[in-house]
Amino acid sequence: MKCEELLAMLNEYVDGTVDPTVCAEFEEHMAGCNPCQVVVDNIRQTITLYKDGQPYTMPVKFRAHLHEVLRQKWREKHPVTTGDEEKSEHQP
Amino acid sequence: MPDSVDTEITDAELVRRAKAGELEAFETLTSRHEQRVFALAMRMLRQEHDAEDVTQQTFLSVLENLESFRGEASFSTWVLRIAAHAALKIIRKRKGLPTVYLEETTEPDGYDSVPHPEYIADWSRSPDQLAAQNEVRRLLDEALTRLDEKHRLIFLLRDVEGLSVRETAEALELSEANVKVRLLRARLQLREELTRVLGDPGKQLPRSHHRHE
Ligand SMILES: [Zn+2]
Repeated sequence: MKCEELLAMLNEYVDGTVDPTVCAEFEEHMAGCNPCQVVVDNIRQTITLYKDGQPYTMPVKFRAHLHEVLRQKWREKHPVTTGDEEKSEHQP
Repeated sequence: MPDSVDTEITDAELVRRAKAGELEAFETLTSRHEQRVFALAMRMLRQEHDAEDVTQQTFLSVLENLESFRGEASFSTWVLRIAAHAALKIIRKRKGLPTVYLEETTEPDGYDSVPHPEYIADWSRSPDQLAAQNEVRRLLDEALTRLDEKHRLIFLLRDVEGLSVRETAEALELSEANVKVRLLRARLQLREELTRVLGDPGKQLPRSHHRHE
């Protein structure tokens, strides 16, 4: 396996979806090619950093607003008829 | 948040109940997915106001189109698809472009066009140590912004939101092959940018070594 071939299969290897024969070749190449080994490590770290990094949190105020908008829209779509289960949605 | 609805209940069951007219089920679905939608929108747009717009548009659209959701894709994939398109629309608008979607023919698809790693070095600190730092967060956001929006979306949906390649392809109406090659480019470009800042210069490896075998 050449570096270029390894590069083309990088996704499958990092995601663990490469088939076992290819996987063995991949690892054999990395054992003898430090740059490829480091690139694979870097890619894994890049993904981890984005995945586990601090998430953005929705502002509480906006969340309240969002749910109010949605409830209003819901009521337009589901007009409450007498005896319907959505009685609790009536505002006094 | 309606907490009388059991957290064990699947999205599919909540969708069924919401379709049957249960507002509580719809609100639970919203509560489950709103943070992901907002975070995706923030990472795409980097502006809270726009991210809020995307989030609101997304769930209004979910409410509007719930009837037509057949459950071929998972609910979360469907929601993220709507959010992705809403975010793209804003980006296109910012750029003054027509709001066309992710046409597949605009760029070479082969692996030949994948950029080779240039700066190769071990990182000086572990992702754990790095993640806590504000300047690293800024670096991550800036590196993402330098990806074009299609590559950015694919990376976010696949690697941050954890969708499969197939789900990402479904969400963006692209072929799986297209998603794969774009994901590879995105990962390599981000690796390159982060390594230039986070790599240990003392451990840099010559790329000439690498270009041949
Ligand atoms: Zn190599």
